[in-house]
Amino acid sequence: MSQPIDSSYLDLDTKDKTFLDSTEMVLNMGPQHPSTHGVLRVILKLDGEKVLGTECVIGYLHRGVEKIGENRTYTMFNPYVDRMDYVAAVSNGLGYCETVEKLLSVEAPPRAQYIRVIMTELCRIASHQVWLGTHALDIGAITPLFYAFRDREEILRIFEKYCGARLTTHAFRIGGCIYEVYDGFEEDVKKYCTFFLPKLDEYEELLTTNRIWVTRTKGVGILKPEDSIALGVTGPVLRASGVKWDLRKAQPYECYKDLDFEIPTGMNGDTYDRYLVRIAEMRQSVRILQQAVERIPTGPIMAKVPKVIKPPVGEVYHSIEAPKGELGYFIVSDGSTQPYRVRVRPPSFVNLQALDSMVRGMLVADVVAVIGTLDIVLGEVDR
Amino acid sequence: MPEESKGPGSVSPLPEGAKAPAEAASPDKAPAPAADVKLPSAVSPLTESKPTEAAKSAAPVPAFAAKPAAAPKPPAAPAKPAGPVPEPWESELVTALKQQYGSGILEASRYLGQRCLIVDSSILPEILRRMRAEEGFDYCVDITAVHYPKREQQFDIVYVLYSFPNNERIRVKTRVKDGDHIPSAFPIWPTANWLEREVFDMFGIVFDGHPGLKRILLPEDWRGHPLRKDYDILQQDKEWVQINLGIESGQ
Repeated sequence: MSQPIDSSYLDLDTKDKTFLDSTEMVLNMGPQHPSTHGVLRVILKLDGEKVLGTECVIGYLHRGVEKIGENRTYTMFNPYVDRMDYVAAVSNGLGYCETVEKLLSVEAPPRAQYIRVIMTELCRIASHQVWLGTHALDIGAITPLFYAFRDREEILRIFEKYCGARLTTHAFRIGGCIYEVYDGFEEDVKKYCTFFLPKLDEYEELLTTNRIWVTRTKGVGILKPEDSIALGVTGPVLRASGVKWDLRKAQPYECYKDLDFEIPTGMNGDTYDRYLVRIAEMRQSVRILQQAVERIPTGPIMAKVPKVIKPPVGEVYHSIEAPKGELGYFIVSDGSTQPYRVRVRPPSFVNLQALDSMVRGMLVADVVAVIGTLDIVLGEVDR
Repeated sequence: MPEESKGPGSVSPLPEGAKAPAEAASPDKAPAPAADVKLPSAVSPLTESKPTEAAKSAAPVPAFAAKPAAAPKPPAAPAKPAGPVPEPWESELVTALKQQYGSGILEASRYLGQRCLIVDSSILPEILRRMRAEEGFDYCVDITAVHYPKREQQFDIVYVLYSFPNNERIRVKTRVKDGDHIPSAFPIWPTANWLEREVFDMFGIVFDGHPGLKRILLPEDWRGHPLRKDYDILQQDKEWVQINLGIESGQ
């Protein structure tokens, strides 16, 4: 310990000067780095530990979803959208179905709306659980991963019982839902709500006041409200900056206007606030679930939609509040059975763009924290 | 069939109903003072008739903002059982823009309650800057393009904008020929950076003044722009997959 370090090799007057003097270094992070959540590659320009700039290289998961959409009928394209944000497949499907319904000037019947909202909120919780587990794992806390995935399993079980699939659910159809809820669905959802709230406290016990967690997240990756708006970030990332904006409230779709819930916001726009906002959001989702499950009306679950879907000529942009932010679809119809153009406005793609301004001047370890807090899914970034 | 088209027709106000008050009420409330302030100072000395026009358009505004708006509208376009038809969108913003830019504003329409403005590509940057600075559209939701190979101006560039203060959306579109450059919106909304890169990648449209216009989703040596309509869906198998990965197409 007390042995003096031999620093003769650090003699700056030797020929190694060029090497030692060069303060800038370019480091490649990913695409196989475990903390990049899939296949994101970040080229870091560093000065020691300090980040001078970043460049994201994306596209490793590009499957040409928009091109596929142009070559499939409206109905056939529906399952494909589940493969974008695969941890929140239900939300993707909801956004797509609603957009086509808008083109057709159809609205899902009330019963279908409630089923959709319940499924989507369950999916929001599941998505946030994946975020929580992986984000905490990136920062060094292993336990939350097991807790979160253990509790997510119950949601996936409900999904499986409802539509037979756990991940890429294809739960909704254009015009409503194809499946009636199974016997005991309401009980399952209620049971989940009572089961999950104490679990949420458990997560908070592990992290909210944990000194390592607080040190690693407070003041890291700050986004000011004006910057978040300029960069177009949405979802919890925007709300943690203090902008109280949620599409479920701002431009309500489905039956959200009948349900009572709040929009949690943060104050500092740092990683810690984004954590708090998402935790609070899960509580709000439970609140929505508890109300919605009591109020599911009776009636049909499918609107009158022709077998062959041929929307009139026109174009429409519609967006929903996905767990990651504003998920928008811009569909151009030429009156045929296939969309002329499908554009997906992916929240992860736009949010990821903020990475550079969030990590400049911070440390390499913070890059990992910020990637985690942005909650990106590369399947959606690359499409 | 008649039931089908009637059913949706009667239902369609519902989803809009939620949005319509916000969408209709806020533009009249918010940009109105802005237009009023501008009109007298910049335009009114030029033309006498304009203020009366503005007054005329201002008169139906309160009716437009409230629910009864639905009642006076249908008589204007009674023949629409086939489906929703784009109707002209009139507002103070449009009148003000038309006064200022004249024929540069090619079309202002509403379709299914969504407002769309088609402008000439020469005035696009001015319009976008104005939308950002004066009309409160502080959030650029999306930039994308649509390819119409049969048209002379083959590409529609679509800007989806949203205003946080007014809770309203608008689409600004422009049309460009193949090979035309258009100015980047990056100085106006930093979020345009990646969105424009994607449009470049997929459609080959060049944005002037963009800080680093290069492919974003596809490899840099990729040939062609996949979302163009003339890009064959099998082309990638022949052009890239076979050469770089050495696997035969399964298609």
